[in-house]
Amino acid sequence: MKKLLSIASAVALSCSPLIAQAAEEVNVYSYRQPFLIEPMLKKFEEENDVKVNVVFAKKGLEERIQREGKFSPADVVLTSDMISLFDLVDRKLVQPVESNVIDENIPANLRDPDHQWYSLTKRVRNIYSSKRSDQPVDINYEDLASAQYKGKICTRSGKHPYNLGLVASMVAHKGEAETKQWLEGVKANLARRPQGNDRAQVKAIKEGVCDVSLGNSYYFGKMMQRDDQKAWADAVYLNFPNQKTDGSHINISGMVMAKYAPNKANAQKLMEYLSSEEAQSIYAKDNMEYPVNPKVAVSETVASWGEFKADPLPIADIAANRTTAQRLLDEVKFDL
Amino acid sequence: MNHQLPFYWRAGSWLLALLLFSPVVALVVEALAPSGELFDHLWNTVLPTYIINSILLILGVSILGAILAIPAAWVMANTNLPGKAQLQWLLILPLAMPSYVIAFIYTDLLEFAGPVQQLLRTITGWESAADYYFPEIRSLGGAIVILALVLYPYLYLLARTAFLEQSQSQVLASRLLGCSPLNSFFRVSLPMARPAIITGLALMGMEALGDFATVSYFSVPTLTTAVYDTWLGYGSLNAAAKISAMMLLVVMLLISTEKYSRRRLQLYQKNTGQEQKEHIALTGKTKWLALGWCWMLVILGFLLPSLILVNYLIRYFESSWNAELFQYGLNSLMVSGSAAAVACFVALFLCIYQRLKNDTFAKIPGRLVSTGYALPGNVLAIGVLIPLALTDNWINELLIQWGLSPVGLIFSGSALTIIFAYVVRFSAVAVGSVESSLGRVSPSLDMASRTLGCHPQGMVKRIHIPLIRKGLLAGLLLVFIESMKELPATLLLRPFNFETLATWVFQYVSDEQLEYAAPAALVLVLVGLVPLIMLNRSLERQEQS
Repeated sequence: MKKLLSIASAVALSCSPLIAQAAEEVNVYSYRQPFLIEPMLKKFEEENDVKVNVVFAKKGLEERIQREGKFSPADVVLTSDMISLFDLVDRKLVQPVESNVIDENIPANLRDPDHQWYSLTKRVRNIYSSKRSDQPVDINYEDLASAQYKGKICTRSGKHPYNLGLVASMVAHKGEAETKQWLEGVKANLARRPQGNDRAQVKAIKEGVCDVSLGNSYYFGKMMQRDDQKAWADAVYLNFPNQKTDGSHINISGMVMAKYAPNKANAQKLMEYLSSEEAQSIYAKDNMEYPVNPKVAVSETVASWGEFKADPLPIADIAANRTTAQRLLDEVKFDL
Repeated sequence: MNHQLPFYWRAGSWLLALLLFSPVVALVVEALAPSGELFDHLWNTVLPTYIINSILLILGVSILGAILAIPAAWVMANTNLPGKAQLQWLLILPLAMPSYVIAFIYTDLLEFAGPVQQLLRTITGWESAADYYFPEIRSLGGAIVILALVLYPYLYLLARTAFLEQSQSQVLASRLLGCSPLNSFFRVSLPMARPAIITGLALMGMEALGDFATVSYFSVPTLTTAVYDTWLGYGSLNAAAKISAMMLLVVMLLISTEKYSRRRLQLYQKNTGQEQKEHIALTGKTKWLALGWCWMLVILGFLLPSLILVNYLIRYFESSWNAELFQYGLNSLMVSGSAAAVACFVALFLCIYQRLKNDTFAKIPGRLVSTGYALPGNVLAIGVLIPLALTDNWINELLIQWGLSPVGLIFSGSALTIIFAYVVRFSAVAVGSVESSLGRVSPSLDMASRTLGCHPQGMVKRIHIPLIRKGLLAGLLLVFIESMKELPATLLLRPFNFETLATWVFQYVSDEQLEYAAPAALVLVLVGLVPLIMLNRSLERQEQS
């Protein structure tokens, strides 16, 4: 019993620093991975003398914040896609942030007119194609359902936020019925059941399992950087779809301020920093994403992929269709 | 015999039980809310496939696990296989291997682009996937094999003990009555070991049902996928809770059916204490078959994946070494160690209450705390969050009403919530372990000690605890290992700046780059080895005594 008590008190002691609230700090709940955002958070800490505390998660932060209620310690939430960003907004877990700095850094089409959410980076949903066919292909998302790709397509789960965003944009453009038909066509063309991540599809193209795959562009650059994955990237072309029609689908990573943020001033400071040239160029260089701040150039590698036309449809209009997209994917049993 | 327990013990048992049962209650309450048409939609589209996959996964893991574990257990208990002293504990080691790590390793090895198939293509000159057949690792079958490989030690441990405890004379009697060795195994040994085997199968089945990391890595949608989809994809926690409640119901139904089916079965070991256990001498083909079988399990479940991890470690050391690993290790030890200690304390408290009170009513607390095990980790995480966050909010509101400053989320915002989640999830393991060893303590000892004037607390301290030390230790170690590997609850519930070995490893596994987390994965496995070896030692000593 004594031992148990001493263990319990040791635990209590080791837990206490995690609860303690220092004077100058800001609390971040993040869906974005540590390796990417830690460098910029560190810089922010140094420059502003504000301690940044982070909780990293893959799923479910919305629920956690909601349950924590008005005593939630969360100040800023970082998401890696529009799906969770709008889940937060729709659950009314955010508060508007009015900052001239942010408004200047982020173009109006990439932020909420009501100041509830902000994009931090743009991520293109590309189509990778095998170099076994001679040319980079002039391809549309719609083509993935056509007979010429029978048994030639690889993709990750249809319900992954990146694909879910694409399907939601399809619904926004073409309506439910046509999107469902398209999904059925794509499913019929799959070379294998949806599995793995975006890189795994490129690897599959290299190995001859399939000829085309869906994937975000920054993976192309990242595979180039890795000795053991360069061969995969070398085996494919990176194509920007729908260049002659609506333009390529853009997903975003974003940020919001939590509704009950206890450190509002510091939270705003952090959000301003994340939209600044310094932080944006880290996003651009380290992760090869498209920065939202127009003053920041894309990385050299990304620049080498050329200019492209992006789908101008407002992000909120796409995100509004995310549940419909999820339902359609279930109806055609896309992942099964 | 009904002993008079002090009030605090009786009240404490019920309080503890209700506390640990509160996440389940929270989920049931959540499940009762209407979820509109969503449930119908799911039922008409994907849910049947999810259910079928879950059932096939449980059946597959149980059957394959039994095929792997029972022969190995019997051989270890009854024969004098060369190298038995080492094999005995080597066979438990796969338990230290997190399923998400081993799933990654085997996928890397066996997929189309992996070295095995590449070699095959180089040798044979085949070019594309269409030229030959190779089983797809990312499939239901693959998930079954992987889970069976890391879960079979549960069954192995329990079955081995059961076979060891069997009296030789009953087997000999059956042989005298004309049974062949195989016949005698199926008609005497196996039925006698049934309770242990069923318990082992139930543990494996529940782990398989609750698995989230492996099936999601293999893209095999099961009911855990359904829970995530409905909860996050459709934003409907109550539909997700409904699915979880259904899962819980099925598990409880299965367990009680099994208990009911052997309600009249009383197994007595007729051990005179004088007979010498005679080990069967295996020779020739049988010996090699047995050796091959046991070593195959050790190699596939542990040695090969460990070697591959070491290989990753060497190749990627520079980019994968992280000075913070020590801190992550400490965090893992802290939460898992505390959870193991608390779970064992709870188990001891409740089992003794159950034994001394000795009526059906007193069995309820033990059953209540065991339900958490049947919940998938991701569901449990939400279940834990609901009551803790409620309590926190309530405390803070109260403080404000009293004119004091709020203290923040002292439960749901600290590592306590992770410890609580582990205890809710793994208490069942500790309760099972303590219950079975307490069951072997003859009631006559209780009577004797009471006759000699011992009060109940004294009896617990002087008779029960010393006698069930081994069972308690086994429970402690198993809860510890399971907690070290636990993922979904840790991921969702952890406090600020808190990383454990498991979360660190999983971050890379989910990004399909385990190479970069090889040091952490190896530490995770090594830390799991220590308690396993201790566990085996204590079991061996138990066998000898």
